[in-house]
Amino acid sequence: MQLSGNNVQAKTSFTTLVDLRRGDAATLDHIDLPGQDARRLMELGFLPGVRITAGYSAPGGDPRVFQVDGSEIALRRETARRLKVRLDQTRQAPGMP
Amino acid sequence: MSECSDCHGCGAASVVEFPSPLASPKIVALAGPPNSGKTTLFNRLTGLRQKVANFPGVTVEQHTGIAELPDGRAVGIIDLPGIYSLSPQSEDEQVAHDVLTGGRADTPQPEAILLVLDSTNLSRHLMLAAPILGLGVPTLIILNMADDLRNRGGHVDINQLSAQLGAPVALVSARQGEGLDEVFEFLASAMPAPAPKELPVLHDVPKCREWAGRVGSRASYRAPVPPKWTRRLDSVFLHPVAGPLVFAVVVVAVFQTIFTAAVPLMDGLRWLFEVSGKWVAATLPDSIFRSLLVEGVWSGVGSVVVFLPQVLFLFLFIGILEDSGYLARAALIADRTMARVGLQGKSFIPLLSAYACAVPAILSTRTIENKRDRFATILIAPFMTCSARLPVYTLIIAAFLPNRPVLGPFLGARAAALLGLYLLGFLAAVATARVLKSSILKSGHTPFLLEMPSYRWPTMRSIGLRLFDRAKVFLRRAGTVILLVTVVLWIMAHLPPVNGKAPAIADSLAGTVGRTLEPVIKPLGFNWKIGIGLVTSLAARETIIGTLGAIYGMDPASHQLGLQKALQHDLTPGGAVALLVFFAFAMQCISTIAVVRRETGGWKWPILQFTYMGVLAYGGAFLAAHLIR
Repeated sequence: MQLSGNNVQAKTSFTTLVDLRRGDAATLDHIDLPGQDARRLMELGFLPGVRITAGYSAPGGDPRVFQVDGSEIALRRETARRLKVRLDQTRQAPGMP
Repeated sequence: MSECSDCHGCGAASVVEFPSPLASPKIVALAGPPNSGKTTLFNRLTGLRQKVANFPGVTVEQHTGIAELPDGRAVGIIDLPGIYSLSPQSEDEQVAHDVLTGGRADTPQPEAILLVLDSTNLSRHLMLAAPILGLGVPTLIILNMADDLRNRGGHVDINQLSAQLGAPVALVSARQGEGLDEVFEFLASAMPAPAPKELPVLHDVPKCREWAGRVGSRASYRAPVPPKWTRRLDSVFLHPVAGPLVFAVVVVAVFQTIFTAAVPLMDGLRWLFEVSGKWVAATLPDSIFRSLLVEGVWSGVGSVVVFLPQVLFLFLFIGILEDSGYLARAALIADRTMARVGLQGKSFIPLLSAYACAVPAILSTRTIENKRDRFATILIAPFMTCSARLPVYTLIIAAFLPNRPVLGPFLGARAAALLGLYLLGFLAAVATARVLKSSILKSGHTPFLLEMPSYRWPTMRSIGLRLFDRAKVFLRRAGTVILLVTVVLWIMAHLPPVNGKAPAIADSLAGTVGRTLEPVIKPLGFNWKIGIGLVTSLAARETIIGTLGAIYGMDPASHQLGLQKALQHDLTPGGAVALLVFFAFAMQCISTIAVVRRETGGWKWPILQFTYMGVLAYGGAFLAAHLIR
């Protein structure tokens, strides 16, 4: 489980992919990027409603690999910040989809 | 094969000639998303009967090949760049779209499409089937990586999938060579146009994904369990501590191999060229022709071909790294460091390769999908200290710097100077990258996306084919551009004849050029002799050693000390440093210029690069000559 404070916040407001630590899962709400860029992300599986799990990252946490729709896609922090998500209520074991 | 389609400079000719080898019975396009194993399948279908070129006018690679059907007929295959959709966002997608719709005058419209999809990630990959089937061209849906699907407990009913899509479907493992018969059967068949049960609105990505999911579930698609080994390996390779360590080991191993393991082979090649050159010299009667052959062609082409082992080792490594899936992880680890200068993780390996030779480095930038990042990498690669600079550095440093210890027994003055020159080139590259990426090659806001493929065993076949292809590109350069330049330089060194014999090099055309250059290079502390050396080193940097040897009338191999003495006489210490700086910065390499022209699709970038590096070299050398006296 998340810390209770985060959990309350997750129920009420959006957070972004950047805030996910390894093993955290979240549901994508919307992509805050211009049409073309959002489209490319959607073609890779980042569609609203999809479940995203944070995976391994480069040292320092940037970029980070995200498991989405059967693929593993690495995003830089600057991009991950634009993906607004709702945190899932239960935390997955690290490394599992 | 038509020679011309390789160089899109001669556009008109390639339009006429290109279809000839492929025009016979059928042209088929191979389409699919990146990481679908499309290239592996292409290699399977065509084997050695393939070639790589650029689509005329753009920097998109054009792989064409010929597949031979069991009945002996030949089918031309165009391997399109990997695409996620047909809505053109990138140059790659534009080209794929144009080829598939018959919108490119230089490429015949394919009569059929082989759509390659990763069967282990079918729900997402099927999205591309919608726009492809929408074209109405006969299409075979190839579900690749069937072995992975099976081994990891996945399943798909291909008859049902075929019924849904209204097109034939084949389960294939291109890596194992499994299911290829069905591909050949399709190519030999009548090929009806597809009749899908339904198609989504093509421009709506969520609708396309929904459609793909529906089609998949109607075909009882069960996604395989995640690859166990990929997770296990990533827990090491992307571990916060072990990851960078493994990365460092890989980098050092690549570096060591191209500088140590390749050296005996390079020495062997050099020896071969020397021995065969002597044999030719001894066999042929003394004539102008013999001199041209031995001194021009043999030594000129030889000095470049010698780098072949390094090039091959480099591509062996890159091939293993790329095919195994590690390259994406290395790019991930290197990304943040490279991002500081505005580049990205995928630029790292090409830049590392440039320490051996800029030519394979520039060829290896093909792994960078982002055009601007790719061009920036190409433009800075020649600043890295390539092995052709090494003999020049060694000679000049040895002539001017006594080898006293700098850091006790660990670092002598000469080694320190050499390291300094490596650093100088590296800093110039970094600074240039920063400038480029904040001006003409600014990436804008395009998000950086890096797909992590599952780890796979690289196959000999795929790596062997790539080595063969890169060796071909490299040798073709040596056989054409380099050959031409060395012959021109030889002629310049042998004209005008004096009493029917070649003149002393000082009185030759090359000497005249050197003298003409003298006023320009005098501020750098160089005389006309160095000037000739600078001209001849355009062919390959280390040629200057042979040239200076010829000017001073001695064989550099046996008179290394003599050459050093002569240089000490002709250069001030300031001039020597200036010469080193000049070599560190200048783009004195015809092969690199030629390969940049090829890879960037025109003369604009190589001219800009040559000018920029030349100005930097001149400015740097000028400063050095005036600061050090």
